[in-house]
Amino acid sequence: MSDSPQWFDEEAGPVVRPYALIRGRTRSSGDAFDLVATVRAIGDPPAELGPEQQLILRAARNPISVADLAVELDLPVGVIRVLLGDMRDNGLISVTSPSAGGSRSNERILKEVINGLRAL
Amino acid sequence: MDSVLSEDPVALKILIAGGFGVGKTTLVGSISEIKPLRTEEVLSDRGIGIDDLDGVETKNTTTVAMDFGRITIRDGLVVYLFGTPGQERFWFMWDELSYGALGAVVIADTRRLTDCFPSVDYFEQRGTPFVVAVNCFEGADQHSVDDVRIALDLDEDVPVMLCDVRRRTSAKEVMITLVEHSLRTLASAN
Repeated sequence: MSDSPQWFDEEAGPVVRPYALIRGRTRSSGDAFDLVATVRAIGDPPAELGPEQQLILRAARNPISVADLAVELDLPVGVIRVLLGDMRDNGLISVTSPSAGGSRSNERILKEVINGLRAL
Repeated sequence: MDSVLSEDPVALKILIAGGFGVGKTTLVGSISEIKPLRTEEVLSDRGIGIDDLDGVETKNTTTVAMDFGRITIRDGLVVYLFGTPGQERFWFMWDELSYGALGAVVIADTRRLTDCFPSVDYFEQRGTPFVVAVNCFEGADQHSVDDVRIALDLDEDVPVMLCDVRRRTSAKEVMITLVEHSLRTLASAN
């Protein structure tokens, strides 16, 4: 990309690529968020929040996974992670990682899943 | 039920693997509400030749869509299905996907069984519990489960089953077999 903004045409104006939303960064404190980590909105949203962050806060009023957020906002996971990293650093959200190997570690849960699948 | 509500939601990951066009998307769609999950990933050196980016030197990312399905068992207990991108150059994504995964389904097509070798190798090496689901395409030979087991050189305890990924009941059976296998693996480890 050149340094000047890329315009599609006068009418359309600048085309905002996903990475423009996160100011070209591909790394943040959100890198390590698991796809199925749980995101929750916490605290009061500041007034100057960007539209994507506002959408994330709205979607995360109830606990929601990182992957579900990416689908809901129709943004690549990498972009969502950068946004989430910022938002966590600013105390807007909490992110709970599934415990390491935890999904394999609970017999009661697995039995519940088996019964749940049977009932589908 | 207050104590249950205050618990963190439990999210389980199941991976759906196998060669290109083997029925991964169909399987996810048969049993869950399927959505495309976009990931934007850096191209590896290997991908650059394949994708032929001559003249677009500035482009160093490509969008990969992954099949993504969700099965809600109950409030606060959700199983997520991820169709793993088939091409070798996306293998770095598998490490992330398989981290903490409950298990994997490797879909096999008997007409090109070798396509699922890399998946089988991968999950064996990672120690991720997996089952092999032989998708019975119309006109495909109904190879016996034992033949497939021998051809893939699978451990005795790895379940191998025939399935029709288009059918919900069949897809359900595959998932149940996997979770039961994971449970057994867990029990024997304790």
